Amino acid sequence: MGLNDFWFLLIAVLWTGYFFLEGFDFGVGILTRLLARDRTERRVLINIIGPVWDGNEVWLITAAGAMFAAFPVWYATFFSSFYLLLVLALLLLIVRVLAFEYRHKRPEESWQRNWELVLFASSLLLPFLWGMMFANMVRGVPINSQQDFAGSFADLLNWPALLGGLAFVALCTVHGAVFTALKTVGDIRVRARTFATKATVVALLLGGALLIWIQAERGTAWTAMALAVAVVGLLGTLAMNAKAREGWAFSFTGVAIASVVAAIFLALAPDLMPSSLNDAWNLTIDNSASGPYTLKVMTWVAVIMMPLVLLYQGWTYWVFRKRIGPQHIPADAH
Amino acid sequence: MDLALAPETLARWQFGITTVYHYLFVPLTISLAALTAGLETAWVRTGKEKYFHATKFWGKLFLINIAIGVATGIVQEFQFGMNWSDYSKFVGDVFGAPLAMESLIAFFFESTFIGLWIFGWDKLPKKIHLACIWLVSTGTILSAYFILAANSWMQHPVGYHIDKTTGVAHLNSIWQVLFQDTAVFQFAHTLSSAFLTGGAFMIGIASYHLRKIKKKKAAGEDVDHKKTVTLRTSLRLGLVVTMIAGVLVALSGDSLAKVMFKQQPMKMAAAEALWETQCPAPFSIFSVGDVTKGHNSVEIELPGLLSFLSDRNFSSCVPGINETATAEAEKYGGAPEDYVPNLFITYWGFRLMIGIGLSAAVAAGAGFWLTRKKKWLLPEHQAAEDDVPKLMLTNKRELGPTITQWGWRFGMASLIFPFVANSIGWVFTEMGRQPWAAYGLFKTEDSVSPGVSQTEMAISLGALTLLYAVLFWINVRLMKRYAVKGPDTDEQPPAKDPTLRGPWGDDADDDSHDDSDKPLNFAY
Repeated sequence: MGLNDFWFLLIAVLWTGYFFLEGFDFGVGILTRLLARDRTERRVLINIIGPVWDGNEVWLITAAGAMFAAFPVWYATFFSSFYLLLVLALLLLIVRVLAFEYRHKRPEESWQRNWELVLFASSLLLPFLWGMMFANMVRGVPINSQQDFAGSFADLLNWPALLGGLAFVALCTVHGAVFTALKTVGDIRVRARTFATKATVVALLLGGALLIWIQAERGTAWTAMALAVAVVGLLGTLAMNAKAREGWAFSFTGVAIASVVAAIFLALAPDLMPSSLNDAWNLTIDNSASGPYTLKVMTWVAVIMMPLVLLYQGWTYWVFRKRIGPQHIPADAH
Repeated sequence: MDLALAPETLARWQFGITTVYHYLFVPLTISLAALTAGLETAWVRTGKEKYFHATKFWGKLFLINIAIGVATGIVQEFQFGMNWSDYSKFVGDVFGAPLAMESLIAFFFESTFIGLWIFGWDKLPKKIHLACIWLVSTGTILSAYFILAANSWMQHPVGYHIDKTTGVAHLNSIWQVLFQDTAVFQFAHTLSSAFLTGGAFMIGIASYHLRKIKKKKAAGEDVDHKKTVTLRTSLRLGLVVTMIAGVLVALSGDSLAKVMFKQQPMKMAAAEALWETQCPAPFSIFSVGDVTKGHNSVEIELPGLLSFLSDRNFSSCVPGINETATAEAEKYGGAPEDYVPNLFITYWGFRLMIGIGLSAAVAAGAGFWLTRKKKWLLPEHQAAEDDVPKLMLTNKRELGPTITQWGWRFGMASLIFPFVANSIGWVFTEMGRQPWAAYGLFKTEDSVSPGVSQTEMAISLGALTLLYAVLFWINVRLMKRYAVKGPDTDEQPPAKDPTLRGPWGDDADDDSHDDSDKPLNFAY
């Protein structure tokens, strides 16, 4: 395995980390509308992800930064191809950060309700947009001989993209519901489990459909394996959820999300972004990578920093391990 | 295509707007993180209540500020790929490395430990909680370093070679990219001006409150003594920081200018609107130039000073715009005027940056003297610990009531100065580099994404600008609300220092503890 391949793998891992971690905080954000019954319950949900969502989001920044450093052409073409989707994603990412930080800063009900709506909408739309982009990446977009995007926004609107978007939303919702059951106490915990079961069935259908489409489009033995593992993950979620084994249920949804992301990257390899115009114009692990020196430098940095990141982020989850219920939510400090 | 709406123009406007906007929040984040950490350290070490209240107060403003700084930072990382894909392809091998390092080394740090700091007051032992804010501060400073190293490479590309077959830049030496003199001086200059910003911010808000308290007292109303103590400490801290930072800004700015004279002679000639090479060259205070004729019609100058600024020698030559432009045109092709940046912006930007930045520092120096506690003051003029200090000119002479009024008012107003100077400084340094994206290597006009249409760029520019405008309004109002509210002096630190039990400890039965239903100390 050369350094190019290693960086392809690492970027896949970073995106997996992003969807695994931010996946459940997207899901919890979605549940603020679908599960929470009142303002206090919404605050319970917001506070189980409160201390960690920011660290989770950095996985996205790092995945993009790693693409820039290791595969400049991939970074450039990915970001300029999915231009309007990314403009929308940026707007949502910005307001989502502020929804967390600003909602509790004023006591007025309308202020808080508006930011809660922002949190819900951004948590719902962001995984949808990422799903659209990843499905389009597998499907192939018009890339010309100069490795530039040569299509238009209309090229990005297609059935697989819609399926990708819906599947990502469903998976995040399940992941968030299971996380909620794992991190709360009382009534909301029980309802989160019930909700998770229903959501898992939907995710199984949509995620399964996405993976079958990937298998048909660019399938290999490896993607078939990822498909199988993803299905096992979701079935495991159903089983563990029924037994109220919340830690296990969460691990299984995690496996399912990781397998879906893995299936996408396995389907791409050795390409990064296939061209829908001509196979010779595909961006590949070899023709889009940085030079060996940069990859070596970055490998050192990643090999030293990634274990550290996992260690201190893991510690954060341990510090905030206590379950939260409505009784823990303090009155407004204003 | 209309030039005003050419993709390059739209992309440049977007970069300018989003960067200046993002940078309104960055320096305050960097400095308030460190100052909050300093205040919390003082609290942990002395146990004095005023430090606790100051930590909480400035910490709250810090958090409002960092949220929008982080949110707008994502745009910065994405827009290179979105709007400037040809630039990204050309330089990614070199330029991407410091950006990726920033995420891996600094940003993860900052974002993870800030969650621990916000929610950890009653969960972490004091000292570990304190360590968290220091780690956040370290993260912000490291972040700045990597980003500035990347920017410095655009100002002065080093440590690379151009691949003969692909024509793309490749990294030769990461050390050169990270530690070239441009990066080191730019970092020193930027970091010290960040502290100038944070210091002035503290002065401004503390002045507002102290002035109000003074008025209340004069009217015979009750005042909150704890609040006065907390804000007085904050004022003094702000004054010291601004003053020292001001000196460092000037020194690092001087060093950076000397580097720039060598590396980007055009930018510095443009900063001075120095048309012809002169030996010695004067420093221009004011001038009215005529770009088409290539000379200035009115000038007020300090003789020899520019030579000294560029070279530490009052008589050395400084190359002018005409000579530099001709040399660049010969070297890179095209007409000389293609290589001259927007002179109005560079000339006035340079002057305003220095003038406004220095005023804040000088004002802080004056304030530092006037609000002193005990030194060179007769005992009857020394204000009690919980009183608003008088503005004392000499050991027994107080400033008159009108000047005192204006003194406090100026203290409040000086808050805004560094923000203006920071913004102008970046506009100057980025526009002064034009027409280059990476100086001498790659032009801005070649950098734009070929696959993105004019309409798409216009949508992006419009949407981001609109959102930023709305958020600016929300943010300023929120900041104002919390700043005006002042420190909450009723708040008490957690009664007992929380202990951190290991996973092997006895917290397996956490939920059976007496306090298991106790509300969280802090919640969103």
